[in-house]
Amino acid sequence: MSLRVVIAEDLYLLRDGLVHLLQAHDFEVVAAVESGPELLKALIELRPDVAVVDVRLPPTFTDEGLQAALAARRAIPGLPVLVLSQHVEQLYARELLADGSGAIGYLLKDRVFNAEQFVDAVRRVAAGGTAMDPEVIAKLLASTVRHQPLGALTPREREVLELMAEGRSNAAISQRLFLSESAVGKHTASIFAKLDLVPSDDDNRRVLAVLTYLNAARG
Amino acid sequence: MKTYAVAVGKALALGAMALVDIALVALTLFAFLLTFGLGMIFVFPPTARLIRYRTAFARRLTGSWLGTAVPVPYLPQPLPARPQPDGWYRHERQLYKTPRWPDWNNRWKWMFGDPATWRDGLWLFLNPAVAAALLLLPLTLAAGAVLASRSAVPAAVSPLLGGAAVVALIAVPHLLRGYAWWNRLLLSPTAKSVLAGRVQRLDQVRLATVDSQASELRRIERDLHDGAQARLVAMGMTLGAVEELMDKDPAAAKTLLGKVREASSTALVELRDLVRGIHPPVLAERGLGDAVRALALDSPLKVTVTVDLDARPDSPVESAAYFSISELLTNAARHGGAERVSIDISSHGHALRVVVTDDGAGGADPSLGSGLRGIERRLAAFDGVLAVSSPRGGPTTATFDLPNALAEKRRDSRPLPRGKAIIVGICWGLGWLPLFPQGLVTMVMKIIDTEHLSWFLVLYLPEPLQWPLIVFNISLGLSMYVAGIIIPAMHSSRRRMAEVVPARLWLGR
Repeated sequence: MSLRVVIAEDLYLLRDGLVHLLQAHDFEVVAAVESGPELLKALIELRPDVAVVDVRLPPTFTDEGLQAALAARRAIPGLPVLVLSQHVEQLYARELLADGSGAIGYLLKDRVFNAEQFVDAVRRVAAGGTAMDPEVIAKLLASTVRHQPLGALTPREREVLELMAEGRSNAAISQRLFLSESAVGKHTASIFAKLDLVPSDDDNRRVLAVLTYLNAARG
Repeated sequence: MKTYAVAVGKALALGAMALVDIALVALTLFAFLLTFGLGMIFVFPPTARLIRYRTAFARRLTGSWLGTAVPVPYLPQPLPARPQPDGWYRHERQLYKTPRWPDWNNRWKWMFGDPATWRDGLWLFLNPAVAAALLLLPLTLAAGAVLASRSAVPAAVSPLLGGAAVVALIAVPHLLRGYAWWNRLLLSPTAKSVLAGRVQRLDQVRLATVDSQASELRRIERDLHDGAQARLVAMGMTLGAVEELMDKDPAAAKTLLGKVREASSTALVELRDLVRGIHPPVLAERGLGDAVRALALDSPLKVTVTVDLDARPDSPVESAAYFSISELLTNAARHGGAERVSIDISSHGHALRVVVTDDGAGGADPSLGSGLRGIERRLAAFDGVLAVSSPRGGPTTATFDLPNALAEKRRDSRPLPRGKAIIVGICWGLGWLPLFPQGLVTMVMKIIDTEHLSWFLVLYLPEPLQWPLIVFNISLGLSMYVAGIIIPAMHSSRRRMAEVVPARLWLGR
């Protein structure tokens, strides 16, 4: 069964491109809207399997899309939303993650260029997972660099941590780093031990634990 | 007792100085004679400068001894002459090879044309007399009285003399206050010169703002030209090559397409950084508070942000505050070696106040760091002032105020103070009473000379008082109505006037 998706993007070309891209990858686009109020209405009425939302939307051209997505998630807890933006901010990432229910994505618009990875991220979010932009994670790690337990990680473990925080599964990480899945498993276990976190097999809960930890370390 | 002793000491010292001034007056008169009588105008600037030293000293003493701050009144010094493109220096219609004469001319005009120079002169001429009358005379009287009572005088007179001495002593602090007022009268700036100074400063600020804006635009143009634009050209060329290769060598075409995609990503990253430097997206989307919070999250330091604002300032002000905070944060990390920073943004009346405190090594100096100078320039465009306290060893506290940043939103929202409101109510409510029954109507009754006194109270009084009281009643009623109109009108306009016009314009000083 194909996934039902709502798209919110104010630029016609990009909206059209997203529709074609997702349709080509076997999604069913149930609505493609261009403003915040329309988006909120579509999300509440249609209850899609996943929504792809631009942060900046009419009428105010501020963070209309983000606000609509957050409002919809307050009405329908755990509604999967993938937020796209021309720029990524830790502040917004925090707000999106704040309710702790997962099924959240936050990516730069550039990531759409790589169709494979983008569609993979949409599917992950639809399945209740997390997709954080590598740039958010990089900023998060850069600003926690002085924090002690993180300094104790080996470079390899750091790489694994970064990918894990982006929301990738062990299988995806092993593919990306050319490691065996069991080796990745060992690394994650070691990371969790060093950071004093409760290990979990569930990918999503694992990601949230890591992100919460990093956010807390920020102070 | 001690205060009186100190006051007497001050009075004696100031009086002695005023006596020395007599010599200065003689010298000045001689210099003026040379200047205007014999045309030796080169004598004038040193003389004016000498007078300025003397009055500067008097201003300082009035501030520190007498507790009355006297601001410096002079117009800002002229800027050094700048060569024209051909290397010559121009002054009016003359050209000079060196900046010496234009500079000299400018200085001469600056001193000669400044009313403060002449007020200084007037003060110097009158000061000996005023100081003698206010400070030395009572003390001399007191001393004379004491001496006289010592020598043989009739017993009845001696307590009188003692009393006079005591009265003179008690009067000294008040006389000192009078002397301070006298100094302030002539040595503080006139409203005109305050305005002139402000205009000149605004001129400079405008120049600096336009300048920095122009260079900012040039930087953006360069960045676009060397960055995104160049990359787009390269992408276009590569795509052309891909078109050619498509049929012959699909594999190579595919690699090239990958490169194009990479180039487009890089172009986007560059554009994003550029946009962040021009106007950060969060600032546009969420305003100052959240933009600074986002900044704090991206900083490697531990930053706490408190925001207490009930209105959003105008976008340019917001932007200036944001970039200033950003620069201060960078400074704290780079130079101060700080670990913790606290940023406090609050409204302070109409002003937006930002306090940035870090626990770094301190020793920051606005006159050395170009970063702090840049902030000052940025804030100056909005009349903002930066104050940095940074002792060696820290902590460093940088505070800046942007006056009137929040004024637009609140203007005229403040109600009339209660006291004034009551007065206005009384004026409107009771003004008719003296004006009509006790004023105008009584006047008519008086003119037609009726027998009915009834409630026209004035007519019960003796004849000579009647007319003056009728006139008084009419004018009382009229002035009550006038006050009822003027007080509220002044209230709404006064604050706006107070913001733009120096105090006491109406006295001409």
